[in-house]
Amino acid sequence: MAAPMSAVGKPSAERSPFNTTSFQKKTRTKLISIPGTRPSVQNGQLLVSTGVTSLDYLLGGGLAVGTVLLIEEDRYDSYSRMILKYFLAEGVVCRHELFVAAAQDNPDDILQELPAPILDDIAIHKPVEQPRLSCEPQDSLDAMKIAWRYQNLPKVQSALASSSRFGHYYDVSKTMEPEIRQAAKCHHFYLPEHPTQSSPAHSTMLESYSALLKSLQEVINREGFDVAAPMSKSRNILRIGLHSLGSALWGDDLSCHDNPKNGHALTTFLYGLRALLRSSLSVAVVTLPSHLIQDRALMGSITRLCDNAIALESFKGSERETNPLYKDYHGLLHVRQVPHLNCLASKLPDHKDLAFKLKRKQFSIERLHLPPDLSETVSRVSRGELAGAATVASACGSGSSGNKHLDF
Amino acid sequence: MFTELNSILNTTPDSFTQGEFVLLSDRQSDASFLIHHFLSLYLRARCRVWFVGLVQSFNHYSAISQRLGVSLTQAKEKGQLVFLEGLKESLSVLIPEDTDPGSQAMDFLRDPAVGLKSLYEFVRSSATSSAVGKHEEAEEKWGPPVLLVDDLSVLLSLGVSVGAVLDFSHYCRATVCSQLQGNMVMLSRCDGGEEEDDGDDEGSERLLKGLTHQCSLTLHVQGLPTGYCRDIHGQVEVCWRRRQGDGHHTQKKLFQYKVHDKGASFFAPGTSSAVL
Repeated sequence: MAAPMSAVGKPSAERSPFNTTSFQKKTRTKLISIPGTRPSVQNGQLLVSTGVTSLDYLLGGGLAVGTVLLIEEDRYDSYSRMILKYFLAEGVVCRHELFVAAAQDNPDDILQELPAPILDDIAIHKPVEQPRLSCEPQDSLDAMKIAWRYQNLPKVQSALASSSRFGHYYDVSKTMEPEIRQAAKCHHFYLPEHPTQSSPAHSTMLESYSALLKSLQEVINREGFDVAAPMSKSRNILRIGLHSLGSALWGDDLSCHDNPKNGHALTTFLYGLRALLRSSLSVAVVTLPSHLIQDRALMGSITRLCDNAIALESFKGSERETNPLYKDYHGLLHVRQVPHLNCLASKLPDHKDLAFKLKRKQFSIERLHLPPDLSETVSRVSRGELAGAATVASACGSGSSGNKHLDF
Repeated sequence: MFTELNSILNTTPDSFTQGEFVLLSDRQSDASFLIHHFLSLYLRARCRVWFVGLVQSFNHYSAISQRLGVSLTQAKEKGQLVFLEGLKESLSVLIPEDTDPGSQAMDFLRDPAVGLKSLYEFVRSSATSSAVGKHEEAEEKWGPPVLLVDDLSVLLSLGVSVGAVLDFSHYCRATVCSQLQGNMVMLSRCDGGEEEDDGDDEGSERLLKGLTHQCSLTLHVQGLPTGYCRDIHGQVEVCWRRRQGDGHHTQKKLFQYKVHDKGASFFAPGTSSAVL
């Protein structure tokens, strides 16, 4: 099991000496050249990892470059913020450039809380590689003998995962070391620091949103993320994280009124964001406090202007927290929209009943299933049955027959 | 082009009724796969096509059409297809630069209260100029003109009023369907609301009602009423509205569908291959 995993995790440069045959798989070299990306199996779209392995699987392998992932925040914005941090941390490890915009917290604060990567694949490969031959027979000796018909069955796995590994693992109990973090190039947009000049040119957009869009375009043009830009140097990916758009701190009244005055500000911004992303090598994650927005129709049009949309529903503070049914999970995850970019059929998930949980070190998304019923009443009944069976056995031994317990 | 849908609608690239206004709509589902059907159908039928693509980039439409066996870039070079890429045009309006005033067609982004007159002017001028050009050159004989819009509800998101969108579709119908005897296909997406008419006039609901009144054929896509299913993606209600004699004659048919990689299959309810 260790051998294929290590081969996958190894960088391609290490594998190239073995690849001496003239028959080579036809691939688009332009796409391969960016670290931390891979082409999609379904439609050849360039994908990046969100940092959460199970979320990547859910989105059909990863986030396609040029698309927007909308996360509807849970009530306390704790888990949605964590996914955003995962997304940014993955960008730091893959040496992508970051663009973080927020109105509530300083983007620096968000960056300081990034989870620490578990960079085991570099450290562990070397010792494993030389004793592999001696190891394998030993492994087979140690392996537990099970009936042959069960040997080829896949392991029961409730966590969503694809077969090959993409992206990195993170330890949310620790924060990333400052030296790793500072190696990544990061652009900030902190709304209170940005002087918003009043621009009466377009009435639909708020000044905060148009300032954000303008600064995004500047970064994209200046740093050469534009697809149309000349291919002079190696390309890179821009990861854009926009925190809590649509909240009152952005100057938006979507979440304050039933009939917001500038109800089209956010949708217009998202339209402009899509226009920017489609023509550049960038990918965005947007979080939105959707529980504050009363208008479901507006929420629908916001969702349609993003490519992927998921909603987090945390149990925190609700009565479900103490429900034994949900004791294994921290909340439910709803898939609102799956992307269908450059393909007719979108990859729909197998299940719609999904839940997420935060383990000690890791955030993961799983299929929702009920726990085995081990409550007190059930066990008491079975104990009574057992006692009854024991008396029957003894009665059988003594030779008497005819007991109602034997009726099935 | 989905051949099964063609047989349902009784059209082929060689023969289709002219002067039709086809409305595609959806609710809690996605009807955008139907736009690709009509785009490839009319390109194969050698019609001149104006495509107002507001939702996606040209690359997206081109990649899917490639799978359906039609090349958009070639059609564009030949002059068969006129493509208005809304995303690209909007950027220069949303982020104003001093040098570039931006396209006229997306003028409504600057001030939505103005309405969609500029967009209609774009359609009208290119449609009528090409009609003249066809007579002069006569080297390539194109069929009747076709206007495709994907999709109208984005205009509502950008702040245009329902009345302005309905005006736009009415003017387009007068020009394309009546004057030039061409066809028109428009997509309008509805928000999740389950017919909860409790007084508040939702924009997209009102738009859908107004468009349904104007059109001659609707294809309404919905999710399954029983919930999500992997093998059946939803159901399509096909509704013909014909004026015969003095009365309206409407005919409805219901199909379930599944979208594949290179097409879609339509079948009567309950006869999915996954069920039988």
